[in-house]
Amino acid sequence: MYELTNVTKNYTQSKRKVVALNDVTLSIPKGQSVAIQGPTGGGKSTLLHLLGALERPTSGTVTLGEDELAALGDSRLARIRAKEIGFVFQGFNLIPTLSAQENVETALAPLGLPTRERRERAVAALENLGLGDRATHLPFELSGGQQQRVAIARALVKDPEVLLADEPTGNLDEQTRDEIMDLLEGLWREKGLTLIVVTHDTAVAKRAQRRLHIKQGKVTER
Amino acid sequence: MFGTYLARELFHRRKQTIIVAIGLAIAIALVIVVNSVSAGVRDAQATALQSVYGVGTAVTITQPPAVPVAGTTQRGPGFDFGAGAGNTADGSTTIRQSRLVTGRGSTAFDATALATAQAVSGVAQATATLALNNVSFSGTLPTGGQRQAPNAGAPTTGGSDGAGGSSFSVDTFSVEGVDVAGAAVGPLTATTLIDGRTLAASDLGKNVVVIDKSYATSATLAVGGTLAIAGTNFTVIGIVGSTSSDAATASNTYIPLDVAQSLSTLPGKVTSIYVKATSASSVGDLKTALEKALPNSTVSTQADLASTVSGSLSTASDLVSNLGTWLSVIVLAAAFLLAILFTISGVGRRTREFGTLKAIGWSNGRIVRQVAGESLVHGIIGGIIGIAVGLIGVVIVNVVAPTLTASAAAAKRTGLGGAGGGPGDGSAPGFGQRTAQAASTTNITLHAPLTLSIILIAVGLAILGGLLAGAIGGWRAARLRPAEALRSVA
Ligand SMILES: Nc1ncnc2c1ncn2[C@@H]1O[C@H](COP(=O)(O)OP(=O)(O)OP(=O)(O)O)[C@@H](O)[C@H]1O
Ligand SMILES: [Mg+2]
Repeated sequence: MYELTNVTKNYTQSKRKVVALNDVTLSIPKGQSVAIQGPTGGGKSTLLHLLGALERPTSGTVTLGEDELAALGDSRLARIRAKEIGFVFQGFNLIPTLSAQENVETALAPLGLPTRERRERAVAALENLGLGDRATHLPFELSGGQQQRVAIARALVKDPEVLLADEPTGNLDEQTRDEIMDLLEGLWREKGLTLIVVTHDTAVAKRAQRRLHIKQGKVTER
Repeated sequence: MFGTYLARELFHRRKQTIIVAIGLAIAIALVIVVNSVSAGVRDAQATALQSVYGVGTAVTITQPPAVPVAGTTQRGPGFDFGAGAGNTADGSTTIRQSRLVTGRGSTAFDATALATAQAVSGVAQATATLALNNVSFSGTLPTGGQRQAPNAGAPTTGGSDGAGGSSFSVDTFSVEGVDVAGAAVGPLTATTLIDGRTLAASDLGKNVVVIDKSYATSATLAVGGTLAIAGTNFTVIGIVGSTSSDAATASNTYIPLDVAQSLSTLPGKVTSIYVKATSASSVGDLKTALEKALPNSTVSTQADLASTVSGSLSTASDLVSNLGTWLSVIVLAAAFLLAILFTISGVGRRTREFGTLKAIGWSNGRIVRQVAGESLVHGIIGGIIGIAVGLIGVVIVNVVAPTLTASAAAAKRTGLGGAGGGPGDGSAPGFGQRTAQAASTTNITLHAPLTLSIILIAVGLAILGGLLAGAIGGWRAARLRPAEALRSVA
């Protein structure tokens, strides 16, 4: 699925160079579940953004399937994100003015589906996650766990190849965390997704097939 | 999705929507009211000018007073009384004499200029008039002290000899010599016949007079009566009033041009030429052409003359064109700025939201459209409220209907060529001016018209404001790097 070759990502912050990823070479096969751990500032989010086609590496190549991401223009990258990649964030990142169902629909907007199909698929995705009766609620009317389920529905409604999650359980209590992880695992198995989860939580990481550790921009296998 | 998202944003961020819309609405309303009132003031100026210059006059031609040549003594129209003048009875002599003189600031010039003007292309019609003042001097003085009476420009009271027992009075009214053929342009076209008949071609050379209604009332004259002009008796054949207002017309009296020329001993002379243009759009070119054909003359368009209208109308005009215009420009700029700043701050606040949307595949174009759409709707809402408020404002102006006074003829008589101070110009300074003012102060009710173009301008401005804010906000949103936007703290 992913091939990373000699990937380096530098940031310059007030004239000081920060090496977020340092010469990373990595291969992630299709359908694998991967946990990424490491200390804060180690480069976990940076790696996830590169995998999610949100950023280009400073040097090296990132290929997703056939596409060499660093070589593509902004609109092609947006297209790839719209079709192949699902994102789940630690802060849920729902649109506060849109209902649960409308939030899910935003993921389908770039695909140009007819309104009816878009609605039906959003409702089905919410029902799948046990939120059928919360479709018209605004995010602030939902609990943290429910908000994260809406975010997962939004990531999965487009049937992506890859699901990228940055600390998806970081804001949740232990019980909700386990529920969400059960859910993600179930979906991974069911849909044959490639699941890549960044986490601080060893209990979460242990459930993955493969565990990576990033420290000071260097990736090691566990 | 676009519509749903747009509607949700506008609804859930009502406060912002309302502030931006109200800001734009105030500006739009102001633009409508100022535009409408200034159109009303322009109409009023046209009306004021019309009552003096006639309907459809595009250009008037006059001549500035000649600069007196040093060393020569130009005589003003004084009064000469011979030794035997007046009737002597009971030891005092009563004298009476009246003369026709050109008004102050008016200069008589050769009527051949009319033919020259008519030959200029772009001139549809032209007519020449001779604007005069009839100045009557009457007084009593003790017998034996026969001296030359004071020049009419001197103080009007006081004896000639200091012996006492003498008194003088001076009476002035304006007389306009007009083409009897009934010109399609000129001062009489702005009048309506109230009684009797107007001048006709058959009146050529006859001592007949048409009188202004106000003057007829003050001088207690009626059709069939007699009025002495320059010592000659004229038969009153008609009374006219102004078409545009209940004020006075351009002159107190109107007589055949040829009669006016001979009585004033200004044969073949006129003081003004009134010109109607073939096309209203080419008045500027016409003015240039006339100036070329008549190099010694002053050629004034209606717009030039509008600036000479005085009275509360000109105050209103200044107010609208200065304060009104600047106020609407400033308020409009402030409203645009408000809309832009709110949009920018909105985009800033929603950085994470836009980062998220970009992360899940929204293109820049889709996000720009969303931001611009929101601003555009702000503009449209502001425009609708603004038009409603503006309409109410215009209706209020029309209900209140303020009355403005305008003095156009005073400006005409004194404003052209300046007040030359030569001895020859000492002709009755007080009289000419007084007469002119009396003849021309017009009361005009301000009517603020509402045209489709004013509303279209308002709609255009509202949309422009929305688009401007949307373009700037959209550009800011498009510039956000998705990864950085996601990192931004909410
Ligand atoms: N836009 C940026 N500009 C400058 N430096 C950046 C930028 N983004 C990330 N960095 C730096 O890159 C390094 C890696 O950041 P990254 O967010 O990947 O760490 P992380 O492992 O996700 O940490 P955390 O567990 O706290 O989320 C950090 O030192 C961070 O300060
Ligand atoms: Mg991170």
